[in-house]
Amino acid sequence: MIDLSLLTDGGVGWLDASGPSSHLVLSTRIRLARNLAGRVYQGRNSETEREDILDTVETAARETVLLRRAIKFRLDRMERTDRQLLHERHLVSKELAGLDADGRVRSGASVLVQDRLGVMLNEEDHLRLQGLHSGFALDAAYAEVDRLDAELGQRLAFAFHSEFGYLTSCPTNVGTGLRASVLIHLPGLVLTKEISKVLQGLAQVGLTFRGLYGEGSEVVGNFFQLSNQTTLGSSEYELLDHLGKMVRQVMDYEEQARQVLLRDAPAIIEDKVWRAYGLLRYARALSFEEAMNLLSGVRLGAGVSLIPDVGMYTLNKLLVYTQPAHLAAAEGVAPNDPELPVRRAQFVRKVLESEVGRRG
Amino acid sequence: MSCEQCHEREAVIHLTQIVNEQVTTLHLCERCAAEKGVESPGSMPKTPLGTFLAAMGQELPEQTPTPRSSENCPRCGGSLQDFRESGRLGCSDCYRTFEVPLRDLLRRLHGSTHHMGERYADREATAPAPAPRGHAAELREQLRLAVETENFELAAELRDRLRVLE
Repeated sequence: MIDLSLLTDGGVGWLDASGPSSHLVLSTRIRLARNLAGRVYQGRNSETEREDILDTVETAARETVLLRRAIKFRLDRMERTDRQLLHERHLVSKELAGLDADGRVRSGASVLVQDRLGVMLNEEDHLRLQGLHSGFALDAAYAEVDRLDAELGQRLAFAFHSEFGYLTSCPTNVGTGLRASVLIHLPGLVLTKEISKVLQGLAQVGLTFRGLYGEGSEVVGNFFQLSNQTTLGSSEYELLDHLGKMVRQVMDYEEQARQVLLRDAPAIIEDKVWRAYGLLRYARALSFEEAMNLLSGVRLGAGVSLIPDVGMYTLNKLLVYTQPAHLAAAEGVAPNDPELPVRRAQFVRKVLESEVGRRG
Repeated sequence: MSCEQCHEREAVIHLTQIVNEQVTTLHLCERCAAEKGVESPGSMPKTPLGTFLAAMGQELPEQTPTPRSSENCPRCGGSLQDFRESGRLGCSDCYRTFEVPLRDLLRRLHGSTHHMGERYADREATAPAPAPRGHAAELREQLRLAVETENFELAAELRDRLRVLE
């Protein structure tokens, strides 16, 4: 079992609900794709070359201020449960963790993590710099990753083309290599059935959405990751500015949808959120998906002050620790243990009881 | 990720549906999506990579008069066929080897081929933290350079962006 307590906040500082607009936005993530000049990309390189990339980047990273104390996780030497744990904490992608259908971990697949910053190594690109912040914090998150990019860029030769910019394995990331994502909770828009329209509108202005775990993941618990689609032809500043404006607009729509629900169907909405709360408080078995959907209902209730007893931090904590690998690790069982839904319900009851006890 | 229907081809269309107040997302390849009667919303920015990759095999000889594009990349040995299958390039030199078709792809994917963000060379020279310049001033400077070098395509793009900004 890996020891995540080595990380500040165990790597879940992004869930502390301290950031701006954290009742709607869980986290803001910035990623920069970089490759080392003169080296073949991951798809065509050898195990030895990947080891060398890992060594080269780690040596450079240890000389920086921002990653000097970084913890290194070698995913290629970890058990599946541990890899899943890192993925559930949003520290590594599904691909790097080898959790795709074929379930194979690439040799050299690693991540360096220090506070809110990290670098995935031997992912689709040689380096994937990333920063995770609590709440809606595009500028702060980018500023930090940008500093790391500068620190690493002084020590490493990145593949850069005078016209195309930073070169990446997939042409969809070329240019800035920047992907900014905002993880946002939109139950109001889902309930009022406005969500499809909003998502379609976003596609038309060059934005895209994904599920809770990023690329290729399902939408669960009404959480959507909104991010920029293009990376070339606009500066980092423009990309962030555009995404920021659109996210603010989506937040306005969500607030409006909630007001409409409270105005036009107060009894239904009140019943819905308290029902979700009741189930979480008293259910004896909960699947992950059910827990996510109920947590979404309670989160909505807390957001519109219908359920005053539950704080956002508690809800975020439940969101992380009821995930299969987290729960399994805490309970000392396998993530596919048939008892897991029962343990999940127990865990949720305990957390909510202590929350109410603390407040009451 | 692979298509949920045929489990063979790459899923390029992600269809979000709301059934009984639950959001579900279907991940489909273009063929299965077409069979289900789903068109990709705003198909131009959404799936150009897929359609481009599909078209690249057949149209290549007419599209690219330079014979270089049918070659393998001298550094990594990758070919356009490899790229078409995996969607990934083999190395940075591929951008030079397959410059003509890639330029076309980049234009379709991003609406531009010109990097407007931070430049690695500047960054090396002015590191650690380059002072942020006035954004419009920066664009005007790039516009002046583009006109000087008679890169009118870029100049037009920059002019449009300046207009939006001001």
